[in-house]
Amino acid sequence: MSVVVIVCAVLLVVGAVLAVVRAEKGPSMLDRTIALDIVVTTMLAGIALYAAVYRRADVVPILVVLSLVGFVGSVTIARFASVEPEGEGRVRTREEIAAEEAARRAAEESERAEAEGAVTGEHHESTPVDADEHHGGGAAGEVR
Amino acid sequence: MTHGAWDTVADVVSMICLLGGAFLAFAAGVGVLRFPDLLARMHAGTKPQVLGLVLVLVGLALRLRSGGAVWALVLVVVFQMLTAPVAAHMVGRAGFRTGKVRSDLLVVDELTRDLGERDGGADGGTGTRPGVGDGGRSGT
Repeated sequence: MSVVVIVCAVLLVVGAVLAVVRAEKGPSMLDRTIALDIVVTTMLAGIALYAAVYRRADVVPILVVLSLVGFVGSVTIARFASVEPEGEGRVRTREEIAAEEAARRAAEESERAEAEGAVTGEHHESTPVDADEHHGGGAAGEVR
Repeated sequence: MTHGAWDTVADVVSMICLLGGAFLAFAAGVGVLRFPDLLARMHAGTKPQVLGLVLVLVGLALRLRSGGAVWALVLVVVFQMLTAPVAAHMVGRAGFRTGKVRSDLLVVDELTRDLGERDGGADGGTGTRPGVGDGGRSGT
């Protein structure tokens, strides 16, 4: 029996690790959602295995709660999934972040210089903001 | 058979069920890592979510053999069977509308075909995926 339990535990752990690898690689948010769903299911199975080995009926409520939580998580992410630009889901390297920061700072600097250079009395017409965005409208690229 | 013999049978069956559930979880891990696109990964991922969970919980119920806990396990199974299709539908729909579905891997693509027919072939007929802006709203 203990051999069977160890084999079960190893299978569950390997399955969860593979799913985590997919969650790390996953090109899109939805792939990660699926992978994390599998991780949650594997956790459910692991807790059930624990309860079966030690005959503990008191961990059964944990199973109920975990199945609820997994559902809410995946539906929430799927509801707010949007079109991601190419390469958006990738974790950036340190150099890329530094380059982005530098570009942003340069843009800010030039903006400030422009504002100082402008005539003080002149009233710039502010760019019209997208009204939708500030009154509960959908975000750009949101799935309805 | 004696009482003790039935206990042994229940334990053995429960171990087999647990082993099956664990194997399905492992298969889901392999499938989700190796399959090429979103729908195939969803296909792999739903195996432990329903059949694997049912197997594991049957194994647990056979091992616990007490009334209250078994009813809670039935509750878990019923809840999972109600929610897994909803979650899968939401994920698949979002994947279709955001262009995560590779149509070259699909054998049958009825949704794209029906949308093309409905639009009267205005935007190229079948074979085109609806854009998120207009087609996304007019989908299912």
